[in-house]
Amino acid sequence: MSLPPEEIAAIRANIASRKTNDLIFATIGICCLGFALITIAALFVDMAVTGWARFRPEFFTEFPSRRAAQAGILSAWVGSLLVMTVTAMVAIPLGVAAGVWLEEYAPKHWITDVIEININNLAGVPSIVFGLLALGLFVYTFGLGQSVRTAGLTLALLILPVVIVATREAIRSIPLMVREASFGLGATKWQTTRDHIVPYSMPGILTGIILGMSRAIGETAPIITIGALTFIAFLPPAPITDVAPFISFEWLKAPFTVMPIQIFNWTSRPDPAFHANAAAAGAILVAMTLSMNALAIYLRFRLRRNIKW
Amino acid sequence: MKVQTKLVAAAVAGLIGSGAAFAQMLVKVDGSSTVYPITEGVAEEFQKSKKGAMKVTVGISGTGGGFKKFCRGETDVQNASRPITAKEMEDCAKAGVKYYEIPVAFDALTVVVNPKSPIKQLSVAELKTMWEPAAQGKITKWNQVNPAFPDAPLKLFGAGADSGTFEYFTEAATGKSKSSRGDYTASEDDNVLVQGVQRDVNAIGYFGYAYYAENKDKLKAVAIVNSAGKAVEPSEAAVVDGSYNPMARPIFIYVSDSGYKRAEVKDFVEYYLANGANMAKEVKYVPLPAKSYMLSADHLKKGKMGTVFGGKNEIGIKIEDLLAREAKL
Repeated sequence: MSLPPEEIAAIRANIASRKTNDLIFATIGICCLGFALITIAALFVDMAVTGWARFRPEFFTEFPSRRAAQAGILSAWVGSLLVMTVTAMVAIPLGVAAGVWLEEYAPKHWITDVIEININNLAGVPSIVFGLLALGLFVYTFGLGQSVRTAGLTLALLILPVVIVATREAIRSIPLMVREASFGLGATKWQTTRDHIVPYSMPGILTGIILGMSRAIGETAPIITIGALTFIAFLPPAPITDVAPFISFEWLKAPFTVMPIQIFNWTSRPDPAFHANAAAAGAILVAMTLSMNALAIYLRFRLRRNIKW
Repeated sequence: MKVQTKLVAAAVAGLIGSGAAFAQMLVKVDGSSTVYPITEGVAEEFQKSKKGAMKVTVGISGTGGGFKKFCRGETDVQNASRPITAKEMEDCAKAGVKYYEIPVAFDALTVVVNPKSPIKQLSVAELKTMWEPAAQGKITKWNQVNPAFPDAPLKLFGAGADSGTFEYFTEAATGKSKSSRGDYTASEDDNVLVQGVQRDVNAIGYFGYAYYAENKDKLKAVAIVNSAGKAVEPSEAAVVDGSYNPMARPIFIYVSDSGYKRAEVKDFVEYYLANGANMAKEVKYVPLPAKSYMLSADHLKKGKMGTVFGGKNEIGIKIEDLLAREAKL
């Protein structure tokens, strides 16, 4: 049976028009993507070019100074690193545990619903609100001071919803049959969770963690609210000491500054030489974020390779 | 044996180094962003001179925000671009915080216009017409301020409402602190104001002298008609001889008495008094005469605490008036 030629022509025309639409949509999509990428690239290149003269090893090993050419970001990047360490150590275990509980263990009733709604809402709360909360709770009520630990805890609270939501999404994407197979072989719920659910959802969880950490590293508002300092020309005490027990947690109590605050301070200086410093520090902050993302993508790729079902 | 002794010594040093010294040898400074450049410079040099044995941190919370911390006893030294207010004196008294008041430099609040603008001088009355709350939405052209000025739109740029600069300028121009029209481009970041005025021939803005000094090629400073009726451009000489009024203002540090009893705060403040003048000059402020720093040192030595301003800001105070007043404390 063959169709009359005019109908074939009509079908062909239809297909052609659909293909054109397809092409138009793809073009729009690529344009959107290109626009976003070019914006970021232009910003990054602009900062890198403006701050080019400042990319010297001393820039990383010098403390801030009133003389632009001698000023460095040592206290800022060390501060950022320490704060992020605290944030990761608090947000990851709490966030993943909360996600696993909500997805695997939580009974389905209204209390769980309330918790769920709250977590989703928390993800949309402006960061300054977390800063105010931290100022009242951590700094004054708990007396933790304006220290690395306060900043770390604040940012941990800020990214907790992101980690929880990502964990839940990742767990949900695991096929039910994996659980059934595990139970079928006599594994307990905890064994199933520990040996199958969490490892299989790791790529997704990692993505969530890195998204959260990338947001946290660039946060300024809550850190300023809890009282980060602008001029600080010394490092927190080293975490490793030469006396038993060889580990010191004094750095948690130390005053600090972070990269975004250093950048902010330099952009508001009267001397234009500081603006080059700010641009250089900005480029470095972007590079830090991008390398964190790259690490996450690499880890996800490694982990995914081992998962086959 | 020798190795053991060394180890013990290192252990003792490590213990002291990590715990006790860290908590104690730290000077906490916070407050105004206007005073910040001087304090930062002093802190940098002070730490170098002490080889890191004493440490200083400097924050920027604004004069008002800084005083809140200072009067809770959280900081040792407060940077202030205006004298302590009556409310803040009360807070400090309630918390039992006693303090020394030390003027460290003068700043010339500078009114700037675009280099192409025909405006050369302004009187305080004209500034008032421009900036008072009643001008909001009404005074929108230069020739409404003065018929001799061009028939061009008036574009205003000014400090954000949280800064000491805003408080001083509004009081100097309109007679009442914080009384300003609201329909102008406000920014806490003075570079935004610099750029705004640089781009618009009809713009006018105000900020601390340091921002003008770094941007002299892009901006023009307006001469201000002083109390003697003479138009004076901002300069170090004009601040020193008192002719740049009422826009010259003293800036201060406040040192808490309990902090001053600690060796590191005492050393820091002494270092400040010895090097503040040079540092002020370096960051484009007007240093006070040597007599003033000696007077402050004397107050510290004799334990003369409190403020000479009685909780009120003083517009157009001259260096010699300030000195005379400090001497009476």
